[in-house]
Amino acid sequence: MSVLVDHNTRVVVQGITGKEGSFHARACRDYGTRVVAGVTPGKGGQQVDDIPVFNTVAQAVSGAGANTALIFVPPAFAADAILEAAAAGIKVIVCITEGIPTLEMVQVMDALKGAGARLIGPNCPGIISPGQAKVGIMPGHIHKPGPIGLVSRSGTLTYEAVYQLTLLDMGQSTCVGIGGDPIIGTNFIDMLELFQADPETKGIVLIGEIGGTAEEEAAAFIQAKVSKPVVAFIAGQTAPPGKRMGHAGAIIAGGSGKASDKIAALTAAGVTVTPTIATLGETVKAVMKY
Amino acid sequence: MKIHEYQAKELLQKFKAPTPAGGVAETPREARQVAETLEQGPFVVKAQIHAGGRGKGGGIKTAATPDEVEAVAGQIIGMTLVTPQTGPEGRLVQKVLVEQAQDIAQELYLGIVVDRSLARPVIMMSKAGGMDIEEVAATTPELIIKEVVDPALGLMPFQARNLAFGVELDPALLRPAVGFIQSLYRLFVALDCSLAEINPLVLTKDGRLLALDAKLNLDDNALFRHHDLAALDDPDEMDPLEHEAKKHHLNYIRLSGNVGAMVNGAGLAMATMDLIKAAGAEPANFLDVGGGASAEMVANGFRIILSDPRVKGVLINIFGGILRCDRLAEGVIQAVREVQVQVPVIVRLEGTNVEEGRRLLNDSGLTFTVAADMQDAARKVAALVA
Repeated sequence: MSVLVDHNTRVVVQGITGKEGSFHARACRDYGTRVVAGVTPGKGGQQVDDIPVFNTVAQAVSGAGANTALIFVPPAFAADAILEAAAAGIKVIVCITEGIPTLEMVQVMDALKGAGARLIGPNCPGIISPGQAKVGIMPGHIHKPGPIGLVSRSGTLTYEAVYQLTLLDMGQSTCVGIGGDPIIGTNFIDMLELFQADPETKGIVLIGEIGGTAEEEAAAFIQAKVSKPVVAFIAGQTAPPGKRMGHAGAIIAGGSGKASDKIAALTAAGVTVTPTIATLGETVKAVMKY
Repeated sequence: MKIHEYQAKELLQKFKAPTPAGGVAETPREARQVAETLEQGPFVVKAQIHAGGRGKGGGIKTAATPDEVEAVAGQIIGMTLVTPQTGPEGRLVQKVLVEQAQDIAQELYLGIVVDRSLARPVIMMSKAGGMDIEEVAATTPELIIKEVVDPALGLMPFQARNLAFGVELDPALLRPAVGFIQSLYRLFVALDCSLAEINPLVLTKDGRLLALDAKLNLDDNALFRHHDLAALDDPDEMDPLEHEAKKHHLNYIRLSGNVGAMVNGAGLAMATMDLIKAAGAEPANFLDVGGGASAEMVANGFRIILSDPRVKGVLINIFGGILRCDRLAEGVIQAVREVQVQVPVIVRLEGTNVEEGRRLLNDSGLTFTVAADMQDAARKVAALVA
């Protein structure tokens, strides 16, 4: 089992005729994902490597049975693309695009309420259920099917973590990069809830970073609702305040968002926090008694 | 992006939020001329730098006459102002804001941010104005009144009234207070702010509400649709290396240590800094060359890291995913040749085609130290700079 994406996932890639969109549409398909359609307005009728291109997401849904969207359109048009997917009835929307204005995301999140759609990202690597479906830009081959659910705000740091797990023979049920922006569609708590409910996920890895209070909120949720073992790592223990560390959301502002507060909250909630990323794999192995 | 107080106040005026009369000056003579256009003294001369706590460092002074304004501006312009927010190196003051001084009856706080968890703008107001709002939030949270704005509706008048009455303003001031709050919210949305903060918002003895100070932070992600605002960026307020990196689309932040770090991806870059520290050394920078680092990005990254004379060694930590390690190794080798790196370089590569990548590095004839894993890399670099 897995969460959010699996064998039944049928992907439409929005922005499929762009450089990134076409490259990753192919990579997802080569991994075994059913990439059933692409969308680029005005290029309907064309094909990208035998993947049919439609003008609208609604046409991709009716014409190709798409149920999951993967978005690569530029930041100025990405909010529109997310809402187009939701309006077309897509249930899982993965937005890779980095650089969407925060106030546009405020509008998007408001509009998505009650739409029945789950947004992952933006500014994220996407989601993969190893051996079933990859809907994102992560290197598929470093993953391995297994019992560990992984949720992270980062990209390459997630790959690093997955790679360590795979090398130690600990496979993954589903790995989700929820994104490095201040406002994201799916947060730690949403994923913890899904992993807790998924019978095949036996343990959870949470990778956070400085900025905001999502890790503290996750800690409270873990204490109250999560019975599966959780191992965490928080990046940015040496980050100075007031500086945006690459990700738009990774900033210590007004005394809030510090790594030390997050580590303390998670530790108090019974989570094993690994002090450095180098020891993440070993720590998971020890805690999960794999 | 941060902007100066004088720029923020010019924007407030455009949105009909009142500020004290005044103007910006780059020389003492100009400061005097600004004072002469104002009705009468006393005046306030305020250093314009992107950091708070200016008064404590001697960057804000009063003056009774235009003559005094000129003299005081002469002291402030050109000074290196050290405040709790500038760090010990301080900031060179190049401009001052000259304003009419105000007779203050009351100091309030008014701020707008986007709450990340709620995904909505939140307006905060407090009668504990002029103080550090984080401290107010920590010690007397009941003094902060909050209203969450529905983005579809915008700020409703009743919410502005809730704030004004919440801070126990005189009902006679309701209209100007509601007007000010609405103006600030309109500005916040129209300009894509990430923070709009008026601290203090003052009530003068003659009954006017004015933004005595103003801080606006703009959303970098939205600057593409605000070209006029992008022009407000002041490169002098940035570390010169950070400014250079920005031109090359690199995420670089200068820190105080001596181990340069080059990493692909922001999260891994932060984790690598932490690892350097855990190994007993201090990182000299944060540098994210991007998830798909090219040879050119790596070369530019090297140039910037090595422009910092404190750097005694460089740790490259790359996780090759979609971009293969052999390609990355070629990029690193090409960059090291081009830039003529003089300090020891430790490379930790992992991921796709890692064996081929390591072989290329070992066979390059260049003196890389290839680390077995991240822990090993951090230990090796710490030993080298110790």
